[in-house]
Amino acid sequence: MGTHAPILAIAVPLLGGFATPLVARISRVLRDFWVFAIALFVAVCVGFVAAQVFAHGVTVYVLGGRTPQETLAPGAFPIRIMLTVDGMSAFMGLIAGLLALVAFPFALRFIPEEEGKTLSFTLSLLLLAGIVGLAYTGDLFNFFVFLEVTSIAACGLIGFRTWTSRAPEAAFKTMLLYALSGLFFLMAVAFLYGEYGALNLAFLSRQLRGSALDRVALALFLSGLLLKVAAAPLHFWAPDAYGEAPAAKTLLLVVNTQVSLYGLWRILFTLYGGVLDAGVGWLVVAMGLLTMVVAAVMAVGQQDLGRLVAYGAVSQIGYMMLGVGVGLVTLAGRPDYALVALKGGVFHMLNDALTVGLLFLCVGAVEWVRGTRDLGELGGLGHGLPEVALFFLLASLALAGIPPLNGFASKILIYHGSFQLSPILTAVAVLASILLLAVFARAFQGVFLGPRVEVKPELPWSFLIPMIVSAVGIVVLGLVPGFFLEQVVTPAAEALWRGRHLYLAAVLGG
Amino acid sequence: MIGNLPFVVCMILVALGLWTLVAKRNLIKLVIGVGLIQNGVNLFLVALGYVRGGIPPIYTLAPAGAPMVLPTPQALTLTSIVIGVATTALMLAFAVVIYRHKGTLDARKVRELRG
Repeated sequence: MGTHAPILAIAVPLLGGFATPLVARISRVLRDFWVFAIALFVAVCVGFVAAQVFAHGVTVYVLGGRTPQETLAPGAFPIRIMLTVDGMSAFMGLIAGLLALVAFPFALRFIPEEEGKTLSFTLSLLLLAGIVGLAYTGDLFNFFVFLEVTSIAACGLIGFRTWTSRAPEAAFKTMLLYALSGLFFLMAVAFLYGEYGALNLAFLSRQLRGSALDRVALALFLSGLLLKVAAAPLHFWAPDAYGEAPAAKTLLLVVNTQVSLYGLWRILFTLYGGVLDAGVGWLVVAMGLLTMVVAAVMAVGQQDLGRLVAYGAVSQIGYMMLGVGVGLVTLAGRPDYALVALKGGVFHMLNDALTVGLLFLCVGAVEWVRGTRDLGELGGLGHGLPEVALFFLLASLALAGIPPLNGFASKILIYHGSFQLSPILTAVAVLASILLLAVFARAFQGVFLGPRVEVKPELPWSFLIPMIVSAVGIVVLGLVPGFFLEQVVTPAAEALWRGRHLYLAAVLGG
Repeated sequence: MIGNLPFVVCMILVALGLWTLVAKRNLIKLVIGVGLIQNGVNLFLVALGYVRGGIPPIYTLAPAGAPMVLPTPQALTLTSIVIGVATTALMLAFAVVIYRHKGTLDARKVRELRG
C-alpha cells in the first residue's frame, strides 16, 4: 500500500463517492460508517504520503508505466500521467485530510435524511477526491480536469438546497465563474502545449523561456486561478457560495479555495520559477491587500451570520497572498526575509483551515438549533450553548490574530516579512485584522449574549467532537508553533522555492 | 495567413463568449456565452495538433516515417468536451430551478444576494 498511497487518496473517495448511494440502499447506518471510513482512509493516506515526502523528498507516482517510479518514456520524454508530491503538495494534502476528518462527522447529523443526505455525501467525496488530485497532480491537463471536478462538485453542494430561492442563485453565479476560470486555465495550457508540445509540469518548467507567448499563458493562468481563489475584485461569488452551502459542507469549499491558491503558487513558483520577475509578486501583494481590506469592510454590514463568517474567510485569503507575494517580490534580493514571509503565508493556510472551519461549524450549530442565521433574530444562545459560544470566541480571536492562538503565529511571520518590504503593507494588514476583530465581536455579542433563550435539542456528539478537535488544533498550533513550523511548514515553503530543482529532478532526472 | 485562420476563428469565438457574459442579462444566454468560450478553446486545442499533410495517429497503420497528426490534443479536447457538457448541464439545471422560484431569467431581477 505504501507506494500506492498517493493514487489511493484520489481513487478511493472518487469510487467511494459513487458507491455511496448503493451502500445507502443496504443500510443508512452502514452508509454513515462507509463515508466516515473513506474520509479516515484519505486522511491516513495523505498523512502517510506527507511523512514519506518530509522524510525522503519528492515522491512521484506514474500511471501506466512498468513501475510507479518510471517517469520517462523512451526518448527521455515524460508522456505518462503522473502525480508529483513535494513538500507543498503534501502539506496541502494534509490540510484536506484534516478538514475531511472534521467536516464529514459533523455532516452526519447536520443534514437531515429527507434533504438528500446520501447525495450530499457523494458530492462531498467527489470534491475531496478533486482536492487531493489538485494537490498531487504533476500534469497541467490533469490539473484542469481536477479543477473542473472540484468546480462541479462544489457547485452541486452550494446549490444543494434547491428549495430555497437563494441557493440556486449562488450556485449559478459560482458555476459561471468557476467554468470561466477553468476555461482560462485550459487556454493557458493550450498555449504552452502549442509552444512546447508537453503537458508535464516539470518538463514544461525546464523548457520555459519566458517568451511573449509564455507571458500570455501566465496572464491566463493568473486570471483563471485568481478568480477561483476569490481574490478581490473577483471575490463576489465567495460569500454567496460559503453562505448558501450547508455549513458542514462549507469547510470543503474553504479547502477548495485553498487548493486553488496552492495551484497558483505551483504555477508561479514551480512552472514559472525560472523566468519570473518581481512585478508578478507585486500584483499578488496588491491583490492580497485589496482582498483583505475589501472583505473586512464588507463584513461590517452583514446581517447574516453565515455571510459574515464568509467575508472573514475571504479576507484570510488576502493574508496568504500577502505572505507569499512578499516572498515572490523579495526572493531575489532578500532571500532571508522572503523565506519568513513565505512560511507565514503557507502556515496561514493551515491555521485558516482550522479557524474558519471552526467558525463555520459554530454557524452550523447555531443554525441547527435555531433554524435561522439572521443576526437580528438570534441572541442569548450563550446560556444554552456555552461550548459553542466558547468555540466561536476562540476562533474569532484566532482569526484576528490575537496571541497565543494559531492565527497570531502565522500572521506575525507575515507582518515580519512584509515589514521589510514596506511598513505600509504591515499597517494595512494589521488594520484589517482589527476591523475583523470588531466585526466578530459584534457577531458574538449578537448571537450569544443577551437574555436567555431556551435551546431545545441537545447538541449531538457528532457536532461537539469535530469542534473540540479544531479548537484543540487552534490552541496547540498557537502555543507550540515552532514544532509545526519546523516539521511541516518549513519543508512546504522550501519546496516552493529552493525545492524547485528537486521537483524537476524527481521527474526528469539530473 | 490562411494557416492561421483556425486560430483567428477560435479567438473570435472566445471574444464573442466573453462579450455575451458581459453584455447579456438572460441566464440562458450567459450559459450560451460559456459554451461559446468552451468551443473556442476546444477548437484551439484541435487546431494546435494539426500537422499539414499528416495522417491519422494510428501507429500500426502508418507507413514508416510519415508525419502523424498529434493525438494528445484530440484526447484533451474530448475530455474537455465531456467536462463542458457536465458544466453546461449543471448551470442549466440551476437556471431551471431559479426560474421556478422567481418566474424570470433576467439576471437583474433574479438577484437577492448582494453586498
